[in-house]
Amino acid sequence: MTDVPDRTAPYVADFEAFARNGASGAPDWLKELREGAIGRFAELGFPTMKQEEWRFTSVAPIADQRFILAHAPGSPGPSGTPVGLPAPSDIERLCLGAGPRVVFVDGRHAPTLSTPADLVGGARAGSLAAALRTDAGGELARAHLARHARWRDSAFAALNTAFLADGAFVHVPADVTLERPLEVVFVSTGRARSEGPLVSHPRSLIVVERGARAAVVETYAALSDGVYWTNAVTEVVVGAGAWAELYRVQREGPHSFQVATTHSRQDRDSYLGLHVVTLGAALARHDIDAVLDGAGAELILNGLYLLGGAQHADHHTVIDHAQPHCASHEFFNGVLAERSHGVFTGRIIVRPGAQRTDSKQTNNNLLLSTEARADSQPQLEIYADDVKCTHGSTVGPIDQMQLYYLRSRGLAPEAARSILTYGFGAEILDRMRHPVVRDRLDRLVRERLA
Amino acid sequence: MTGKGKRERGKLLLEVRDLHASVEGREILRGIDLTVRAGEVHAIMGPNGSGKSTLAQVLAGHPAYTVTAGRVLYEGHDLLGMAPEARAREGVFLAFQYPVAIRGITNAYFLRSAVNAIRKHKGVEELGPVEFMDALEEKLKAIGWDSSYLSRPVNEGFSGGEKKRNEILQLAVLDPKLAILDETDSGLDIDALKTVAQTVDKLRRPDNATVLVTHYDRILTHIEPDVVHVLAGGRIVKSGGKELARELEEKGYDWLREEAVVT
Repeated sequence: MTDVPDRTAPYVADFEAFARNGASGAPDWLKELREGAIGRFAELGFPTMKQEEWRFTSVAPIADQRFILAHAPGSPGPSGTPVGLPAPSDIERLCLGAGPRVVFVDGRHAPTLSTPADLVGGARAGSLAAALRTDAGGELARAHLARHARWRDSAFAALNTAFLADGAFVHVPADVTLERPLEVVFVSTGRARSEGPLVSHPRSLIVVERGARAAVVETYAALSDGVYWTNAVTEVVVGAGAWAELYRVQREGPHSFQVATTHSRQDRDSYLGLHVVTLGAALARHDIDAVLDGAGAELILNGLYLLGGAQHADHHTVIDHAQPHCASHEFFNGVLAERSHGVFTGRIIVRPGAQRTDSKQTNNNLLLSTEARADSQPQLEIYADDVKCTHGSTVGPIDQMQLYYLRSRGLAPEAARSILTYGFGAEILDRMRHPVVRDRLDRLVRERLA
Repeated sequence: MTGKGKRERGKLLLEVRDLHASVEGREILRGIDLTVRAGEVHAIMGPNGSGKSTLAQVLAGHPAYTVTAGRVLYEGHDLLGMAPEARAREGVFLAFQYPVAIRGITNAYFLRSAVNAIRKHKGVEELGPVEFMDALEEKLKAIGWDSSYLSRPVNEGFSGGEKKRNEILQLAVLDPKLAILDETDSGLDIDALKTVAQTVDKLRRPDNATVLVTHYDRILTHIEPDVVHVLAGGRIVKSGGKELARELEEKGYDWLREEAVVT
């Protein structure tokens, strides 16, 4: 493909400027990581629909535009104006709970909108950039950053790694319990520069150590309906016997693009509830790579996508059973209205020796219009013999028998349809353990479906 | 109160006249005549494929069935011209033979939505979640359930018996004028059958009626019918008192099939 170098070249040029200026204070290991990542990005190029993992999603709308790095070194605010921070009330309405919060604007930490990073029991929730400047934070970041995300296989994760500068840094030390969910909020202003719209590369690291308990809510949202691109990577590490929930709420703007990877690694006997709610962006691709890397680990991967208009959202999940006696339960429901297109790929790998794996996957898609489309592909790769793996997927309009059943109980057709549609969302919401977060998301889902 | 024939006859609730219905172009009902009065319990028995369930579904308004001839009056109004929800609001209830599961929607929310749809239609104030739970408590107890069944999604993962109990819970909560029970007794063990039958029996009043569609006479030992009809080949071929049920149980249905062909 002759056009590949053309498309990646501007980003390589931006990287050189970035490496020369703004990122020059970084430790050597980080510089090397970034150098390797930009090289890998240039090699891989933007993916095309000819590649199996991208056969339902065209990233041409992203690749064909020139996005300018938000917070490029030495630049003034967008369009040369001073960057006004969002009002605290704008952030407030995006938060799902009343816990500590870490706020980022166009990918950069906004300390005045955030709560102090130090929490009970030595736990921290703050900016990765700040953590990298400390000894302890730097060590932890070095131990985990880019060890989990598969940036060598993904052009987008590689690009994120090349521009790795800031994002959330959450550290919950061993045996510490955080009562309230932590909120990590990434807001995009949607402001553009004269050269083009902005791209940010938020990079988050969440480490929940042995025996600790925590819930984190990660929200991506917009303050306007401008064009921008978020290219995010989050790495989650759950230690032995730890309990963690990550809620990921994607409410990006209607003309925005989002490409993201969430990578989790669990140690033995840990629990991770990974809850995904996708509502926004014109084009969204979310890769989830979950590795069960210790015996007895349990993963709930629970997702909901509600799309309308011409929205396209692609969830590409890989659950890797690397050790025996692990359980993974994956549920993704989609509600697709108008001309929207939902894509779900659920790959489950059971490694040799991962005996007694218990894996269940379902993907149900409700089509609310004849023009809406859903593609669902389960992919099971099982290399162990003593396992229990089931999968199932459905795509279709509202079930006529269910509709009739509700009508036979006195409900008007419109009310019945609305209940049945909400049921697709409620089924996913019901698996969320945190009552306050669940209720807020429930309200969000109802508003969206109304 | 049991519906013995000695007292005054109740007012006409349901009049089915020469009802013909088909599904996917196949005629299933071939001229049904049936009259049900308030205060009565009718049993409709018959072999598999005789049209029992079709009759029940046509009365409730199943969209897959087409009525090709005949008429049905409910309290003097044209039932077949009413949408399924309109029938329900006017007091017609069908306990489904195969209750439908609904993902994500709790039983409590479903029941309250149904109750409030009907209350709204009647111009009665709708019930909030707490008031509704209070009103439900006794009915739950009657079918031997605790409130855990209310927080489960409607019929999702329910056993066959649980689904049937859930239909009876809806019956008790919605308190219809005309209850049609489509093989509610099948798939129930002895204890469940007794519980279900007792609940239905307790709901009998001079102003309502029950149509029990069943293959077996088992449930009729708990709920005494006023009239037993035998359905074969899409027609009611015989009607009689409760002793007819016993006769059917002993002799089977084969002799009726021949009779149906002869007539």
